[in-house]
Amino acid sequence: MESKDYLKDISEIKNMMNKSSRFISLSGLSGILAGIYALIGAAIAYWLVTTSVRGYLILDGAIFRICLFILLMVAFLSIVTGIILTTKKAKKHGAKIWDATSKRLVYNFLIPMVAGGLYIIIILSQGKYGHTGGLMLIFYGLALVNASKYSIGDIQYLGLIQIALGLIAALFPGYGFWLWVLGFGVMHIVYGTWMHFKYDVNK
Amino acid sequence: MSIITNINKAFDHRIRLGIMSILMVNEYADFKMLKELLEATDGNLASHTKALEKAEYIKVEKQFIGRKPNTRYSTTNLGRAEFKKHISALEKLINKQ
Repeated sequence: MESKDYLKDISEIKNMMNKSSRFISLSGLSGILAGIYALIGAAIAYWLVTTSVRGYLILDGAIFRICLFILLMVAFLSIVTGIILTTKKAKKHGAKIWDATSKRLVYNFLIPMVAGGLYIIIILSQGKYGHTGGLMLIFYGLALVNASKYSIGDIQYLGLIQIALGLIAALFPGYGFWLWVLGFGVMHIVYGTWMHFKYDVNK
Repeated sequence: MSIITNINKAFDHRIRLGIMSILMVNEYADFKMLKELLEATDGNLASHTKALEKAEYIKVEKQFIGRKPNTRYSTTNLGRAEFKKHISALEKLINKQ
């Protein structure tokens, strides 16, 4: 028995533990694109609201409905892009896209996301919308922290940043929009770039 | 010499090492999952799971999902303890050199 064999054993153990419990084919590039979608969406919404007659957002206007539509489009495009790029990356690695690890990842990500989404819809229907930006950041952050146990561990830090931004937004509701832009737009781009160079480029 | 005694012969094979590694971080794994992850043949995997089962390092549960039989594996407390010992023995051997 050589020590080289033992080293191989240890790396095999590590490899199997990770491979069997974490889905690591998430694409950094999809994070960058999600950030760009969010910035474009926010810019359109900002332009619509500031050039409207009132100059601010009210809950039952047409502009509010358009903003809601933009928000859904941003979310939809981000998810589709994420799925396509992640599938591509998984294929390149020879990993399966829909296996026990990715199912577990999606399940754990969705629990805070669905709870938060429903909560926001409920309070919007009650006419309270001042905290929507902060709530979105907090629940999204919680979803990321929860999902990080089943994927690349670094996602946790992005989640913690989103939660912090969400709490700041709760303190200063007037800046909710800008914190949302910072969290969903800028942070996604910064983080996606970091992930892209850390995991995608060298391999 | 004392370190060498902690190297467990029962884990001294790539497939067995793999089975234990997977079961350490998952509540359980079924035969298909082990097979895909370890890229082993049915017969090969079956003989190694049997060996680990015999040593009482893993538990085997047979059940039906719908009409399909499904065999799933999980570690025993003994298996976890022995595997941890094995890993730290490996680490010590590596650090020594």
